[in-house]
Amino acid sequence: MARMKFLCDADRCIECQACVTACKNEHEVPWGINRRRVVTINDGLPGERSVSMACMHCTDAPCAAVCPVSCFYTTDDAVVLHNKDTCIGCGYCSYACPFGAPQYPQTANFGTRGKMDKCTYCSGGPEPDMSQAEYVKYGANRLAEGKLPLCAEMCSTKALLAGDGDIIADIYRERVVTRGYGSGAWGWRAAYGDTVTV
Amino acid sequence: MTYLTKLLLALGVVLAFGLAAPEVQAQVNPTERSVNEDALFQALGSNAPITGRVTIPDQAAGALIKPENKAWAVLQGQTLHTLSIWAVVGMVALLAAFYAVRGKIRIDSGPSGRTILRFNAIERFAHWTLASTFIILALSGLNLIIGKTMILPLIGENAFGTLSAWGKIAHNFLAWPFMAALIMIFLLWVIHNVPSKIDLEWIKQGGGLFKKGVHPPARKFNAGQKVIFWAVIIGGAGLSWTGIMLLFPAEAGAPADWQFFQIIHALIAAGLSAIVIAHIYIGSVGMEGAFDAMGSGEVDENWAKEHHSLWVEEVKTSQSRNNAQASTPAE
Repeated sequence: MARMKFLCDADRCIECQACVTACKNEHEVPWGINRRRVVTINDGLPGERSVSMACMHCTDAPCAAVCPVSCFYTTDDAVVLHNKDTCIGCGYCSYACPFGAPQYPQTANFGTRGKMDKCTYCSGGPEPDMSQAEYVKYGANRLAEGKLPLCAEMCSTKALLAGDGDIIADIYRERVVTRGYGSGAWGWRAAYGDTVTV
Repeated sequence: MTYLTKLLLALGVVLAFGLAAPEVQAQVNPTERSVNEDALFQALGSNAPITGRVTIPDQAAGALIKPENKAWAVLQGQTLHTLSIWAVVGMVALLAAFYAVRGKIRIDSGPSGRTILRFNAIERFAHWTLASTFIILALSGLNLIIGKTMILPLIGENAFGTLSAWGKIAHNFLAWPFMAALIMIFLLWVIHNVPSKIDLEWIKQGGGLFKKGVHPPARKFNAGQKVIFWAVIIGGAGLSWTGIMLLFPAEAGAPADWQFFQIIHALIAAGLSAIVIAHIYIGSVGMEGAFDAMGSGEVDENWAKEHHSLWVEEVKTSQSRNNAQASTPAE
């Protein structure tokens, strides 16, 4: 089985926001909710870089560690998913997440957090693969169709890479060697404990 | 200097630098001079967050990577978990040991059969509102910390999810009557809970808790009860404040603030739960005649004389004064 990861090559990202749009459309993500967003660092300064960020599907995910109802689980592809039927919307995962991935589209008491929603690596939830119930709660299950996450698949500059961690790290490494520079595998150290060394 | 000379000077400066610039550019690839994750983290300090600009309305999403958020996982998942279990189990064990040694504290002179009003209906209403909401709040809160290791394996994920969801709703809504009752209790009893010299003597004699027949004098509340009063008031206020912050996270700030409030909330809750367990013990199985004070509100006179001697005198004098006044014929 593969160890799925995301890698955003910030030297290629042109901040077109297409990954954000694709994600919202593919999964019918509600207004005001972003499973993926593009953050621009040093905006307007020389050396400005943009990074597309969503759930990084961490190794030893902190969200899973703090969840009081243990609604998180890791798939065979090392994708971190959660069960919305068990989730109580306490918000603890959003306290612990280094990437601001957990979102709360539903509201509960006093207009605050309802059940959590986040990037599923386009692989749905605990319901049967590609079922209607799964689509309503978690969005499309592209992995079950043999496809990779849409955000990465349609990235026009191929900045956002998705796939097995070793393979995308090799692709990135080759790019850095070829062009002579690279701003790093953003978030890898926080998510996987180690970054891509060239 | 005229305007023209200024302009010419400025032009000269621009030209001089402009001509020098291509040489510099030829040596450096501008795309290469970008921010680098490792260098940025080093410049910011290893655990400082990396933030930038986002074009979506949620400006908090501009926080790109906050590695320090993960540290709380250990605190929440392990430290608070262990601490909460120790607070509850430790206190129960302590009380069991106390019961084994001391047994139920009896009324030394036996029940007299005559009663005296200790807590009126308003006091009892405030107490039981505070007590019942606290118990549900404490249990639903404790469930969030130890439920997944204690209850989840017993009843399964589905039932545990439903139970915890109801627990969350109960916790969020019952917090409000808890806070209202806390204010009531404070207003009703603060006058009786000001520390005084008598308390020192009471503490010196261990409240008579550990020895049969020892009964240090006390007014309406003895030193032990004053400790519980202030623990409940201060702890309750702390729980209320941090709880409101957790209930309205957008107003409270960022994840680091939520973590801070959650830790304080859980620590106070563990401490106060332990204190309240002791309070429940001494008010029920631990002492004969104590429950009546909050049950019917009427306590046995001998119980009152033993545990609140000065208060009984106060009540008796004010009663006889009232009687004297009532029996004075109107001229």
